[in-house]
Amino acid sequence: MATKTDVSSSTCVDGYGSAIGMPQLCTDWAGNQVFWLVITLVAIFFVLSRLALPRISAVISERQGTITNDLAAAENLKSEAVQAEEAYKKALEDARLEASKIIEAAKVEIKQELDVAIQKADADISVKAVASEDAISEIRKDALANVKSLAKDITSELVKVLGGKVDAKALTAVINKKMKG
Amino acid sequence: MANSADAKNEGLIFHPMDQFIVEPLFGAGPVQWYTVTNVTLWMALSVVALILIMVVGTSKRALVPSRAQSVGELAYGFVHKMVEDVAGKDAIPYFPYIMTLFMFIVLSNFLGLLPMSFTTTSHIAVTAVMAMLVFLSVSIIGFVKNGLGFLSLFWISSAPLALRPALALIEIISYFVRPVSHSIRLAGNMMAGHAVIKVFAAFAGVALISPLSVVAITAMYALEILVSFIQAYVFAILTCVYLKDALHPHH
Repeated sequence: MATKTDVSSSTCVDGYGSAIGMPQLCTDWAGNQVFWLVITLVAIFFVLSRLALPRISAVISERQGTITNDLAAAENLKSEAVQAEEAYKKALEDARLEASKIIEAAKVEIKQELDVAIQKADADISVKAVASEDAISEIRKDALANVKSLAKDITSELVKVLGGKVDAKALTAVINKKMKG
Repeated sequence: MANSADAKNEGLIFHPMDQFIVEPLFGAGPVQWYTVTNVTLWMALSVVALILIMVVGTSKRALVPSRAQSVGELAYGFVHKMVEDVAGKDAIPYFPYIMTLFMFIVLSNFLGLLPMSFTTTSHIAVTAVMAMLVFLSVSIIGFVKNGLGFLSLFWISSAPLALRPALALIEIISYFVRPVSHSIRLAGNMMAGHAVIKVFAAFAGVALISPLSVVAITAMYALEILVSFIQAYVFAILTCVYLKDALHPHH
């Protein structure tokens, strides 16, 4: 458009194709501009109202819906997590209680078993002590009897050596008497 | 356009307004109302850009949006929130119309920033049609929704009684000035920035000034990017304000 020199001059353009005054105020072109403007505005209006605006508003409301849903889901998950944590804590508490109960029971059982064993041991010990006592008294009796016979023998030998006559009955009586005294 | 200036060979002569000339795309001749012109081309490109951003970009309907889809959703959310906040909940049915205006203006403004492009929104003929559309629809909505009660917009009941007739006169004048300011604000902003860039660009032909000129063009371009968006935003938000007046005329 710049190279045109044969532009037919009009009220707004001079013979060289330059503007005379302000082209914006030239009424020669007004009809042309208004005609194309109306067509353009109608075209834009139809493109917008039929295609663009319903689509964009649908997309925006859909996005809003998705965001709301996601937020609600997140809220649900959060409350579930809190519940799970509470359940876990409760389970832990229960287990701790259970464990302390088991420990208590085990302690009682062990004590009972220990008591029984101690009693049994005590009984064994007393039986053995009695037996030992018996053995000791047996031994003591034997020892006494031996002492008597020894004393009788030694005394009768002494009497014989001194030239006396041994009266067995009297000897026994004397010895018994001495041993008691 | 620049060549025609060179053809005259008069040194530093520039025509910052040549970029706004409407000319036929095919062949020469007078511009009829049906002629396919550069206006047609750049308006069609804005429709193509709209389809790319708002339809192709969102075609995947992804829950996690791609970049193109985020742009479409941002534009939707931006205008939807603006309509809801400024004009109220009961203005939501008019949202597609305001979205149409906003998207057309913002896309045309940004397409106009491309080098060698034609800025359709820099012409009063274009912005005036949109401003009149807004003015007429808002007035009709006001009378349909409120009947004659819509006239209470001009009768400020919170002011002292003695002042009310004077205020009513001012309100009526400001009401009818609305479409004028609405259209000239947009066209004027777009035209001024582009013309200033063209002037700076012409100075780039002088070797001594050209570095400064390039810096100035870059700065102006950044400002124009801001203005392109802000003017579309202002146009849409003022439409919402007028719509609010139509739906709730009582102050």
